[in-house]
Amino acid sequence: METPQLSSLYQQLILEHYRSPRNKGDLPDKTVEIHMRNPSCGDEIRLQLRIEDGRIAEAKFVGSGCSISQAAVSMMTGLIKGRALDEADALAERFKEMMHGDEAAAKDRSMGDLRALAGVSKFPVRVKCALLGFDALQEALKQTAGGEEH
Amino acid sequence: MSSFDPVAIRREFPTLDQQVNGKPLVYLDNAATSQKPRSVLDALNGYYLHDNANVHRGIHELSRRATEAYEEARAKVARWINAADPHELVWTRGTTDAINLVAGSWGMDNIKAGDEILLTVLEHHSNLVPWQLLARRVGAKLRYVEIDDQGRLELGDLPSLLTERTKLVAFNHVSNALGTINPVKDIVAAAKKVGAVVLVDGAQGAVHMPVDVQDLGADFYAFSGHKMCGPTGIGALWGRRELLESMEPYQGGGEMIEFVERDMSTWAEVPHKFEAGTPNIAGAIGFGAAVDFLATLPAEEVAAHERALMSYAMERLAEVPGMRIYGPESVEDRSAVVSFTMGDAHPHDISTILDSEGIAVRAGHHCAQLVMKRFGVSATARASFYIYNTRDEIDRLADALEVVRGIFG
Repeated sequence: METPQLSSLYQQLILEHYRSPRNKGDLPDKTVEIHMRNPSCGDEIRLQLRIEDGRIAEAKFVGSGCSISQAAVSMMTGLIKGRALDEADALAERFKEMMHGDEAAAKDRSMGDLRALAGVSKFPVRVKCALLGFDALQEALKQTAGGEEH
Repeated sequence: MSSFDPVAIRREFPTLDQQVNGKPLVYLDNAATSQKPRSVLDALNGYYLHDNANVHRGIHELSRRATEAYEEARAKVARWINAADPHELVWTRGTTDAINLVAGSWGMDNIKAGDEILLTVLEHHSNLVPWQLLARRVGAKLRYVEIDDQGRLELGDLPSLLTERTKLVAFNHVSNALGTINPVKDIVAAAKKVGAVVLVDGAQGAVHMPVDVQDLGADFYAFSGHKMCGPTGIGALWGRRELLESMEPYQGGGEMIEFVERDMSTWAEVPHKFEAGTPNIAGAIGFGAAVDFLATLPAEEVAAHERALMSYAMERLAEVPGMRIYGPESVEDRSAVVSFTMGDAHPHDISTILDSEGIAVRAGHHCAQLVMKRFGVSATARASFYIYNTRDEIDRLADALEVVRGIFG
């Protein structure tokens, strides 16, 4: 197996989001909150969204964990703000494709800063770190959709 | 010149001789599982190639050989812990299974509502969760011995924690998360004053050198083969014979019975009473080969080698800026485990970077979340050493930590 390069994993942009996360803190008027943990490693986030008229009006998170998990959720919260719920879900799906090594997804401009995480796909044991925020997002979307049906 | 040479020992371990990510492997995850010497692999293979048959059943030659090898292995492992009698050694799937056996059999019959079980916050989940399950079923209460800032048990609290309600005291011989070596005999003596039964989790205890269960004085000692050169899926429970004899079977099935009637059966003798079903015969034989291998090493020199590695590792790691080392400061009080964090580099990131340098360490909570909480961290990186590790490998670790610093600053 080819040796994956560390430099493809620890890009400056990732370290920068890790050190100075965007949208970190509590969202007092959230409409949904998902607590997601990765029991095997202790990564943890609480994703808080305010959803209005089928759009994500605001997104924040609190959490702790490795650089990959925290940078990914920091990048994600920046990108989903203002998006319709199905757009946010599509972003999550696109990100998963990138984590499975899809090179087109890694070049997709709609992915914004998230493209810096493309190298994670070469480190299979770290993929679940990157997905933690998106798992929380999809769970939040599911709960919101379920709530509307009642 | 010492007769113990880790470089020569390494040649017996085929797994160690490989490149990982383009670098020679440095295996420092021994507290999770040790590598296996060729003699153990040969024993496993030899059984399957020549002697494979079920034990204690057939009259035929292969069954005779398999049974003999299986029981011989029991005697060897029993000798390794100086059990008074090989019949006091029950084969299990590992330490976890052994502890669950005691909780499910002895615990269910002897611990009642209002009774107390004394544990410590230093425990591996395998010595916590079985007691939580038991306590919930019978209405017993769990109490804990706390640890100090160096990860040592606060034994001064024992007199107030141990009362006539304390029916069981369970703790580890050596902490897997911090390496703390616990003073087993002192704790046993205190527990015995209130008549409590004592179980020692020996998963990290019996692995470097022989253990003398008679001298330790506990009632149960649970340990695993795979952390001491043996295969996975085999471990043992040592128990005092009279206790084992007083206990109900843990699981029912073949092998563990004497006579079976429609409504009830009679049990086989200890230890077979606790070994329902076809056992891990190859695993037991491999475990026997592992203690044969370890017994050829000079115990004192192995201990000195591992202490020297520890001292050197503590010294080299302490030079790294941002380094925080957890556990006892004195090398005398700790086994060959160094748990650490480094600035804002998360342990997972440390482990990924070390892996890219060919170095295997563990990162996470080490199945000891109470320990992590005590120190206010969610995870640590852990390097653990064994008989075959060398000073050069510690230099490789220290150099690789500089790479971590290069990335995380």
